[in-house]
Formats: sequence, structure tokens, C-alpha cells
Amino acid sequence: MTIAAVTDDPQIRERFREIHPPLAPQAAVVESHRCLNCFDAPCTAACPTHIDVPGFIKRIASGNVRGAARRILDANVLGGSCARACPVEVLCEGACVMHRYNREPIQIALLQRHAMDFFHGSGEDLLLAAPRPRRLRVACIGAGPASLACAAELRRHGASVTIVDRRALPGGLNTYGVAEYKLRAAESLREADLIRRMGVEFRFGVTIDNAEALEKLESEFNAIFLGVGLGAMQRLGIPGEDHEAVMNALELISSYKTGRLRSIEGAVVVVGGGNTAIDAANAARRLGADPVYILYRRGESDMAAFNFEYEHARQEGVQFLWRRMPLAIRPDAHARLQLDTVQVQQVGVTLVQVPDSQFAISCNMVVPAIGQSPLTSLLKQFRHVDVREGRLVADPATGRTGNPRYYAGGDCVNGGREVVDAVADGKRAALAILAQAEADHES
Amino acid sequence: MNPEAPDLRVRGFAGSIDSPNPFWLASAPPTNTGEMIMRAFDAGWGGAVWKTIGEPITNVSSRYSSVDWNGQRVMGLNNIELISDRSIEVNLREMREVKRRYPQHAVIASLMVASRRETWHDIVMRSEDAGADGLELNFGCPHGMSERGMGSAVGQVPEYAQMITEWVKEKARTPVLVKLTPNITDIRTVARAARRGGADGLSAINTINSITGIDLDTLTPRPRVDGQSSHGGYCGPAVKPIALNMVQQVMADPEAALPLSGIGGVGTWRDAAEFFLLGCGTVQVCTAVMHYGYRIVEDMIEGLENWMRSKHFETLDDFRGLSLERVTDWKHLNLNYKIVARIDEQKCIGCDLCHIACWDGAHQCIHLDRVTGPVDGHVELHATPGELEARSRSAITNTPVTRRERAQKIANHGPYPTPLARIPRVDETECVGCNLCSLVCPVDECITMVRVDTGVPSESWDERTRGAACVTDPHQV
Repeated sequence: MTIAAVTDDPQIRERFREIHPPLAPQAAVVESHRCLNCFDAPCTAACPTHIDVPGFIKRIASGNVRGAARRILDANVLGGSCARACPVEVLCEGACVMHRYNREPIQIALLQRHAMDFFHGSGEDLLLAAPRPRRLRVACIGAGPASLACAAELRRHGASVTIVDRRALPGGLNTYGVAEYKLRAAESLREADLIRRMGVEFRFGVTIDNAEALEKLESEFNAIFLGVGLGAMQRLGIPGEDHEAVMNALELISSYKTGRLRSIEGAVVVVGGGNTAIDAANAARRLGADPVYILYRRGESDMAAFNFEYEHARQEGVQFLWRRMPLAIRPDAHARLQLDTVQVQQVGVTLVQVPDSQFAISCNMVVPAIGQSPLTSLLKQFRHVDVREGRLVADPATGRTGNPRYYAGGDCVNGGREVVDAVADGKRAALAILAQAEADHES
Repeated sequence: MNPEAPDLRVRGFAGSIDSPNPFWLASAPPTNTGEMIMRAFDAGWGGAVWKTIGEPITNVSSRYSSVDWNGQRVMGLNNIELISDRSIEVNLREMREVKRRYPQHAVIASLMVASRRETWHDIVMRSEDAGADGLELNFGCPHGMSERGMGSAVGQVPEYAQMITEWVKEKARTPVLVKLTPNITDIRTVARAARRGGADGLSAINTINSITGIDLDTLTPRPRVDGQSSHGGYCGPAVKPIALNMVQQVMADPEAALPLSGIGGVGTWRDAAEFFLLGCGTVQVCTAVMHYGYRIVEDMIEGLENWMRSKHFETLDDFRGLSLERVTDWKHLNLNYKIVARIDEQKCIGCDLCHIACWDGAHQCIHLDRVTGPVDGHVELHATPGELEARSRSAITNTPVTRRERAQKIANHGPYPTPLARIPRVDETECVGCNLCSLVCPVDECITMVRVDTGVPSESWDERTRGAACVTDPHQV
């Protein structure tokens, strides 16, 4: 099945201009020369997929950009989206020795993007020759980063791979959930198409949510990789939440990324303190909302969001209301919403409402962004696969679950980390599946 | 410290050449015309050697190519330009004008004509009539002119060099400098010949024969002239070590040494100071000016003055040649002098370039085996670089997404700015003191070479083998 395209909306493209524009070719060469070429480089160690960072940077310096791209793809088939979506401040660039050299770290993300854009722009395929075919057949449930990485690694070694996803497009959160000013949906699809051209089969619009469907997969495939991610966003649990002007953060982001939401008027309140809350608030600003508030029940220093994301939101003009909780959502006479809120303070481990601190915020939209809930009912369907605190239990080194034919990785195992963590999980699971197949003489 | 500015004036170089400072422009494109030279003097240059005068030539285009290194432009420059393409009359008329307007500055006529006595006599007299303060005989040009029996074709044959120097000296009233080519097995042979011929001074070095590189699209070497190339003369920062070596060879040879104008990769006051310390009386600059313009001389003057102040040198003569006595033959070096590398843990940034340099380029004595925190069981010592890399690439790393995870990363850091596991350890018993690690370390003063007292008296190879010879020489028994 070929991969559909997303519509290129000039208004969205204009409003969501990239926050990190690409390096000009000569700038990339100048920057690549700054790299010290560390031994056993800390940036490589800090990357969950262990991309050979100095290796690809020095290839850019020498003019071997194709080699740089292939070096990246060897470690991370989603090198293009990671270059855009990774929180490099706490990963490779955060580990750069240049910090201790009293200088700015090497711009690893932009250099990686430079190489990946060159590669994707060339239209070259990743597999230059068909790998030795194996009898091994693997199904990946979910078409997000974990499954894509698992599938690519398996294909490199000649296994047959099929990815099934309930949605119409591959890429998971890369396509539907990353802020457009970081990673465009079209770029996520370009990477998925590279993996399709490796010979991975995609089945879209297929929901696997019952024993019968799983049994069918089990009869068709030797092993199953679970890259199902997390479920819907958690509800606030307050009255009035089902009003049509309440739209959760991931829905808001996927709506504008797929052309279903082109502008927002009036005031927006985002509830939550994580990176997704920031992405939703920034998106609301860029779609035209004014003012945009982030309502967070704790203080500035408690936010789960990365510092650079918080700073970014402030620059976008998002206003923060600290230590305040939503109580109810009421429609008013002017077709707007009234969000009742209350000040809270921490007493011990609990948050206590401050008396006489209630006020209502008039707004046009409320956006819950307090995290995704686990796919509890789905996870229970996987026989002999343990679930603990809403997460699948899998061996970190191999992705093996309690069921020897089931492997798992990505958000459904780690509870929600970054794209690059999902890629690393998928790759390790693929290698474990291959090793097991060798041991079982199924290869 | 002397409150007065150090005196940079050059007095009586090679007999009678004066200039306000020792920074001269070499005979090259920056001294092509009188107008250019006057602007250079206004910028602060003390002297200029005129673009070589002779029968006008026709040049090709392009004429230059360069070598870039790690993003830095023009580490080395190559040219296939010939001598002046303007007539002798025009050059000399402009020279007269320059000397009239800048009587205190040194104007040297660089000359190259056909190897006939009368031709040389003629050009010498006309140049001196135009007001030249000295003459530089271009026996060095390695391209084009050498194919016509001039330039390095003369400079590579001591007898020719001596003969033409003698012809020039028959007429010259101003000091005669012979410019030496480095494209010869031993530069001293021609220096000695020039001295025998009566030269008053030398200029060294001229450019080095080179092919700078090949265009990997067209497969044509650079510079490209209508699909072809030719060997050219190499200069710029890359050639300085070669120039310093040849200057030292000439100045340490009693039969060759003469007042010397140092040339080859001089771009800053530091370069100049090094040439003076090996005995040069002036320096000549070309490539750095072609790269950045005449204004670089400002820092050359100020920087040299400031360094002289800090060293309490009042004149150029106070330090000229001071490093010559510190160059000796290898056989006289002390075999029992031992140094080892020490790494400053506070300065180390953890790039570990010293480790890989020592393992792959030296003697495998810098290790990454420091441990942080309590040790439980066996500690693997002396892991190879490959084992170390494999270890970190098989490790499971997660993005620190929560505040607590990020805080833990910082908490586990250890006592130094760099995590202890990334600070290399020198095995001093194995260290041979080669110095490679301190050269590749990007941080100043992080790796220092520290003397270790061996308790053994100084002994050179010469002394050691002379002793051995005494015992084995049958005539001594």
C-alpha cells in the first residue's frame, strides 16, 4: 500500500515557520569543522540510538554528505525526524565537550538534518541490494517510530515485515503529534516512504483490538512487535468537559497538521505543564488565539517541560497561571466558555485548594494537556504479556515480553519518552527477534 | 621596564640599507606598482622589494591556487605568475617617484634579466639611477622564468649564481642581496656561491615547487589554464617551517652566513620574531598581504614592540640570532632527559583525543580506566579503544525526560568539570615523553610535559658512541 500525502496548506506553512531553519551548505561545512572529533564521543553515548556523531560530522566536512547520511541511517532510520524533534539540549548537544571549552556546543541536530535532507532529496533507496531472504515474518502493530525502526532493521536482514495501523497515515506521533514548526508531517511521511521502499508492507485502517484479530496475526507471522504507543489524552475529570469547544492537546495538534483546523479565534486555556501543553499553547498562538494561557497546578520549577520549551512558549507570548486548577467548564450567554479555577498549594504530598481564591476565565477553547492514558483495554488482549502501571513489561535490552513471540518498545513500554527512545527500542527488538529466529532455525 | 617604545629601526642592513622597521613587502603582486608601494608605506610597511623587473612578460589566467585546511582558507598559496608585465622604463620611473616621496623607506629593486654580463650591468645601473636602496637578484623563481634559463635555473647551479653575482658587483654601488631558491638539495651551496661572488646579503626562501591539488570534477590540477596546469611556487603559512629550517642552515654555516632577509610564511609578529631569532635582519611578507591587505602590518609592529618590551629588548639587535645556538645536531641531545605527560583534571574537557592519539599514534600509555564511585569487583584495565567504543555503543541510554532524571545525571558527575570516567590517566612508567598528547589536546596547558629526574647524568649519543669507539678502536689498544 502506498503512503498518502498530507495537504500542503500555505497558511499553516506560513504560520508554523521552522524554529530551526536548515544550515546553508557552506555553513554546514564551517560548523562541521568546529567539531573536535572526540574519541568515544559523549554525544554518541548520549544518543539512545548511538549515532556516530563525529563520524557523520567529519564526513560533512570532507564533502562526503551521502556517506554522512548513510552513517546516520545505519544507527537511526528516522535520523531526519530525530534531527528536528529530539530535545538535543538534554541529549547529544547537551553532552558536547564544547560546553566545557567555554563555547557553544556543535549544532549536531542541524548538521544531521543537513545530511538527511540531502539524502531524502536525492531520492536514493536505503537498501542498495536485496538482502538475503529469510523465512522470518514479523508483524508490527502501530506505525509509529518504534515499529518503523523495528521494521527497517528487520528488512535490512531480509525478514518480511508488515506494519498495521488503525490510522490512515504512518509515522504515529511523528506525523500527528510533533509541532509543525519542528517537524512537518510531510517530512515524517517521507521517512516512512523510505522504509516502505525497503519492502516493508503497510496495512492502514486496520484495528487490532480483540483476541480474534491477534490470533489471525499470530497464524500469519512468526513474531509480533508491539509499538502501539499510548492511548487518548487523559480527561480533566471536571463538569462540562464534553463541550465541543474542549479539544485535547493531541487532537488540536493533529487537526492543524492534517488541515482540519486552520485558525483559532479568541482566548485559549491549555491545562498542563508538560512539553505537549507547550506545543498546544504555541500552536494556538500561531493559529491566531490571543491570549493563550497555560494553567498549571504546580510551580514553574515543577514543570515537566524542558527549560528550552518553557522559554520558547514565553517567547511565543503564552502566559502562565501557576498553582491553579480547573474546577468546571460552563458555556456562557455569549457562546463562550467560563473556566472556573482555584488556587492550590502543596501540603505534604497533596494539593489543597486555597479558600476564596476562585475565579473564572472567559475563553473560547479549553485544551486539556495532562498526559496520555495507557491503552489499558488493548494491552490486556496480549496473552502472557505483563502489564504494570499501564505499561507493557519488556526487557530493555531486547524488547522481549513474557510471551516469547511478542516484543514491545516505544511509549507503550517506557510510558512516553522521545522519538529517539522509540527508535532505539525498535532496533534492539528487531535484533533480538533476528537472534531468536537464528536460534530457532527459522531464519 | 623601559617606558620608551622599543626601537624597531633597521640601520645599515647588508651594509647601507635603512628602514623604519624590519617589515618589508616581498617582491610579488603587492609591490607591482609605485602606487601600491606608496599605499603600503602609508599603512606602515618599512620597505618594499619591487615586483621583479626585467623584459616584460605575458601572464596566463588563472595564476593562483591555494590549499585550505579544516575550513581555513589559504593555508598555502601557489602561483604561476611571472615577473613584472610592465616595461622596465615604467617601473623605474615609478621607483624614482616613490624614493622621492618616501626617502626614509627601503626600496629594493628585484632584478631578473637574461644571463649576459652587459644586460646585468645595464639593469643594475638603471635601477640605482632610479634611486634603489639595494638590489635583489631573483635566482629563485621556480616557474616559467626557469624554463627560459633565468630564476631558479640560475639559483640551482652555484657556479651560475656566483658568476652573475660577480657581474652585478662589478657595477653595483648599493648592497646586493641574492634571493635563494629552496628547490635544491642543500640551500647552503648556493648561499656560499653568492657569498663567494661578493653578495652583501641574502633573501630566503623563494617559493617551493608545488602542485596544490586537483579538481576532482574536472581531474585538472589547479590553477587551471584552459584545461591544463603547470607546477607553481608554494608559499604562505604552510611553508614557514621549511623556511625557518633553511634560514637556520644558512645562518649556522660560516661560509654561507650573510645579512639575511627572511621570507616564507610570515604573517604575524610571532612569525617575524622567529625569523629574527634565527638571525634574520628583516623579514619579507607576501601571502598574508595578498589575503588580508597591507593593514596587517599594524599588528606586526605593535605585537613585536609589546613582545620586545616584555622581554626587555630595546633594539632588534638585542635578540637577533639568539635561538641559533639552541639548534644542534641530534647526536648532541641528552639521551637521559626524561619528561612525562601530566593531565590537569580541572582543565580536561573529556574529548579523549589524547587517548586515541597515544593508542593509535604513539605508545599506548594513556588509558580510560578511572572509575567513579564504589568499585564492585574487577576493574578492567587497559581496554583497547575498540573495546571502549563497543562498550558505550551497546549501552542502553534513555532520554532524561523528567526533572528528576535530569538532576540525577548532573549529581553523578564527580569532582571535576568532566566526568571522571572520561578523564584519561597517563601511565608514567610507560610514557616515553613524545609530546603527541599535548599537541592534540585542544585546551591550553591541560596536558603539560613534566620533567622526571632519572638520576642519570646527561649523555648524548655522540658521547656514548665516542666512548664505545675508544674501546673498540684497534689503534687505541
